[in-house]
Amino acid sequence: MFRFQSVWRLEWVVSTSLDNADALFLLLNGLGGIILAESVTVADLVKNTRLDVYHGAELLADKVITTSDISRPGLALTGYFNYYPRERVQLLGKTETAYSKNMTHDERLMIFRKMCQLTTPAFVVSTGLPVPAELVTAGQENGVPILGTKMTSSRILSNMTNYLEGKLAERQSVHGVLVDIYGLGVLITGDSGVGKSETALELVKRGHRLIADDRVDVYQQDEQTLVGEAPKILSHLLEIRGIGIIDVMNLFGAGAVRQDTDIDLIVHLESWTPDKQFDRLGNGEQSRRFFDVEVPEISVPVKTGRNLAIIIEAAAMNFRAESMGYDATKVFDDNLNSLIKENSAQDSHK
Amino acid sequence: MEKKEFHVIADTGIHARPATLLVQSASKFNSEITLQYQDKSVNLKSIMGVMSLGVGKDADVTISAEGADEADAIAALAETMKKEGLSE
Repeated sequence: MFRFQSVWRLEWVVSTSLDNADALFLLLNGLGGIILAESVTVADLVKNTRLDVYHGAELLADKVITTSDISRPGLALTGYFNYYPRERVQLLGKTETAYSKNMTHDERLMIFRKMCQLTTPAFVVSTGLPVPAELVTAGQENGVPILGTKMTSSRILSNMTNYLEGKLAERQSVHGVLVDIYGLGVLITGDSGVGKSETALELVKRGHRLIADDRVDVYQQDEQTLVGEAPKILSHLLEIRGIGIIDVMNLFGAGAVRQDTDIDLIVHLESWTPDKQFDRLGNGEQSRRFFDVEVPEISVPVKTGRNLAIIIEAAAMNFRAESMGYDATKVFDDNLNSLIKENSAQDSHK
Repeated sequence: MEKKEFHVIADTGIHARPATLLVQSASKFNSEITLQYQDKSVNLKSIMGVMSLGVGKDADVTISAEGADEADAIAALAETMKKEGLSE
C-alpha cells in the first residue's frame, strides 16, 4: 500500500513539474547553457567503427579521446619525438610495422614505451597486421589499449575521423522538433504552445520519423551539412500536453524513430495575426544560420482548422521537388509572364 | 459601391510581385473587392485569381469595392497601383 502510494507520488511530481515542454527544455538545458561538448571514450570508438580489441579491454571505458585528429607516428618510430601528438589515437599501418621490423628488440621497446603515454587514447593496427610484441608490453605498462582492424589504414583513418568529428563537434541546442519527412530532415520551430509536438505526433502517425522533440542538438558535420540529434535522455520521447510523456518507439514501433538526420529545411510555426504578411507564392528567400551552415526556412501561420502536419508534409515534398529541379513557383511565374505579354500585345493594338 | 478605372502602364504588367502587394493591400479591408479585366472579374483578395487574369501593359482594369470601408479601400488600392508604377 505504502509502495503504491510512493509510486503514484513520483508520477505526480514528474507530470506536474514537466507539465510543459519548455520546463523540460530549461531543466535539461540549464540556464542558457547552449553550447555543449560531448566526450568520447575509446569504447565508443571501438563500438562505432567496429574495431577489434587486442589488448586492454578493461581500459576502454576510461580512455577519453579529446581530438578528432589521428596520428600516423612514422617519424616517432625513427626516434624523432618533437611535436609527437601523444593525445591522439595512433594508427600503425603497413609502413610503420614494416619499419619497426628492422629495429632491434631493445629499440622497439624503448620507442614504443615513449609512444605509449598516459594521455594516449589507443593504438590501432590496420590491415590485420600482427602487433609487435614490444608494443603490447609498452601498452600494458602504461595502460594504453591496443586495437586492430582488417580495414586498410586509409579506410579506418577516414572512418575514425568522421566518427570523432561528429562526436566532438561543437553542439548547439535548439528549441524545436526534428522529424524525417520522406527522407528530408525538417526542423520545426516556433513559440511554445504553438503545436510543434502535436504536429510531430501527427507526422509520426502519417508514417514519418521522429528524431527529437523539444530539444534538438545540432552540430556542423561539414561545410554544407548540419546534423541534428536528440539528447540521449529525450530520444524517442514526445511530450504532449494533456497526456504527458509518450515513447514513440514503444507506441509506433522502430520505424517511427531515427537516431539523427541532416537538417534540410526549417519550418517556423507562427501564430496567425491579421497584420503579419506571409509568403503567398513561395518565392521568399528565408534562411537561418547555424555555425557556418545556412538552412532554408519557411514560416507557416498557425490558425485553428489548419492541418499543420499535412502543410509541413507538402512543404517538404515541394522542397524536394525544388531541389530535384522542379520549382512550381518559377514555372508558374514564367507562364504568367508569357500570358501577360500576349494580353499586352492585344491591348496595345486596340 | 465604389469603382475606379486604371490604365496599366507597367511594362511587366501585374506579375507575381505587384499582384501579391495588391492582394495584401486589399486584404486589409472588410469590403468585397473585385478586379475586372476584359469580361473577367476576380476577387482581389485571392492571389491566384488576380494572377490568372494575366493583366499586361495597356490593359484597362476596374477595381470595385462594396462594403462599409469601400471608399478607403479604393483609395488605398489606387495608392498601391501608383506606388508600384502600375498606373498613373
